Amino acid sequence: MNLQQLRQLQPYLWSLPRASGEQRAEVLLYGTAPLLASMDDKVLEQIANVAALPGLVGAAMTMPDAHWGYGFPIGGVAAFDAEQGGVISAGGVGFDISCGIRCLRSNLDLSDAAAHFTRLADTLFHAIPAGVGEEGELKLNPAQLDQVLQDGAHWAVQHGYGNAADLEYVEEQGRVTGAVPNYVSELAKKRQRGEMGTLGSGNHYLEVQVVERIYDNAAALAFGLHPGQIVISIHCGSRGLGHQIGTDYLLMLAKAASRLGIHLPNRELACAPIKSPEGRQYLGAMNAAINCALANRQILTYLTRSACAQVYPHAELETLFDVSHNTCKVETHEIDGKPRLLHVHRKGATRAFGPGHAMLPERYRAAGQPVVIGGSMGTGSYILAGASGNPAFSSASHGAGRAMSRHQALARWHGRELINELAQQGILIRTRSMRGAAEEAPGAYKDVDLVAEATEQAGLARRVAFLRPKVCVKG
Amino acid sequence: MLTSSSLYFEHDADIGIIGRGTTVEQAFEEAAQAVFAIVTNLDLVQPSSTLTLEFEEADPELALVTWLNLLLGKAREQGMIFSRFHVQHHGSKWRAEALGEKWHAGLERGVEVKGATLTMLSVKQTGAMWEARCIVDV
Repeated sequence: MNLQQLRQLQPYLWSLPRASGEQRAEVLLYGTAPLLASMDDKVLEQIANVAALPGLVGAAMTMPDAHWGYGFPIGGVAAFDAEQGGVISAGGVGFDISCGIRCLRSNLDLSDAAAHFTRLADTLFHAIPAGVGEEGELKLNPAQLDQVLQDGAHWAVQHGYGNAADLEYVEEQGRVTGAVPNYVSELAKKRQRGEMGTLGSGNHYLEVQVVERIYDNAAALAFGLHPGQIVISIHCGSRGLGHQIGTDYLLMLAKAASRLGIHLPNRELACAPIKSPEGRQYLGAMNAAINCALANRQILTYLTRSACAQVYPHAELETLFDVSHNTCKVETHEIDGKPRLLHVHRKGATRAFGPGHAMLPERYRAAGQPVVIGGSMGTGSYILAGASGNPAFSSASHGAGRAMSRHQALARWHGRELINELAQQGILIRTRSMRGAAEEAPGAYKDVDLVAEATEQAGLARRVAFLRPKVCVKG
Repeated sequence: MLTSSSLYFEHDADIGIIGRGTTVEQAFEEAAQAVFAIVTNLDLVQPSSTLTLEFEEADPELALVTWLNLLLGKAREQGMIFSRFHVQHHGSKWRAEALGEKWHAGLERGVEVKGATLTMLSVKQTGAMWEARCIVDV
């Protein structure tokens, strides 16, 4: 990205000045000069297009890990007011609706656990359906799936895949309201038949990590984290059901926008007014997909616990938090001193409520919401806490963000060699796809340290802990 | 997999696919091959089963996205992988056949494709050749 186009407002905040006659809201970009310079110019084009959508409140924003997406940039945040003609966009949520991370803290320390990592890697790889063509053992009939779409992680817990304590530490306590299974197509439901409790492929993973560094002792204490502790992160979403909802509504909303007279700078922004029939239908279907994702990660939590128990009989895995990063959530935010109900799109961005927020579980209320910035399988991840006065509708970065295309990564790395190199560094990779491993090479991602630092310095979230990968199951 | 780099173009997080041919139907067929070659090595897929698809779409660009997403949806629903495609088109009516087999462990594993997007979407004729392209989410 050419920084000459931008105006630097603060050390970690930039704006894109409007061209003469350009009708759009403000565009704000969070990050350092090197992070922004490494982004494709398409990021700027896409977020400027978002800023031109009707009913946008405040600014359209990108997080420090932003990269070129479809419709919205990945790392894009935009809030809309339904009462002012605000829109909901399928491209602003993505195909993998409610993709997110479930983070589990354990009672295991590296010193005890390390000797059994090879067995743990093999056991997890056997237990977790991951990658192209892999199906889960749980097959739901149509009525059961509709219950999942209504009840989210609650359905999974009620059917033995976890415990009530898990739900307290899942966003929305494990279930969003407003899900309408009837707005989900039959094909979407059929696609999900074999995919409950599966990880998927691409950038999805299950990673065993060790807490290597604590940045914020008080927040770490609240989150139950200490140096040397084993933590497990599960990154996945709503699987085939969400993908099909994204597919179905992308075209439906693109046509609706045209029919409703919404001028789209590019039809990849496919959207409809929140209050239109099409907008309401998408919202109902999207909420159903969020519940599907929450249930999926709950089932994967159960499978992970079962696998760990085979290797470490005394292991206890508690849910630290479960947070999504491809969503549109209805939230109240204070705008010009007044509370307003907004539809906040976070496409590759994590909700990051600050200390004291009423929706946080009591245990975390003083610290702020746990936020996970997932790294690549060779570098590391960060746990942060939502910052007070977060200026981005309580949003933060979600990952390292790609620095290189998949095609470029394939040309540079070979899956088997990469896995061997990582093994020499003490990181065990298990995958059925050598191509997938090469595409996800750590070098294909931005420097996660810089992203986490910029996220903190921009006032979005505070670093709490750094996690080093030890075992990674990839799809 | 990714047998011909001319079937792909660059995108930060996902993959741009291209189909070309002397007719729009051929371009759609090659675009479908580009998509499924991301999932597995198509040379190893036996075209032993046939799926017939029909849809209506007047806009050729939206027809490309509809075509690819129908294929992806049906493949996942039925546990299939497709390697050969035949497309016919009369006005807004599209009829196609996809040939392939049930997914099995002997196939090479690539990366799952979630769906075809409207990003960088174009279907156009240049001289004697048609080209169909878009970004697919992986």
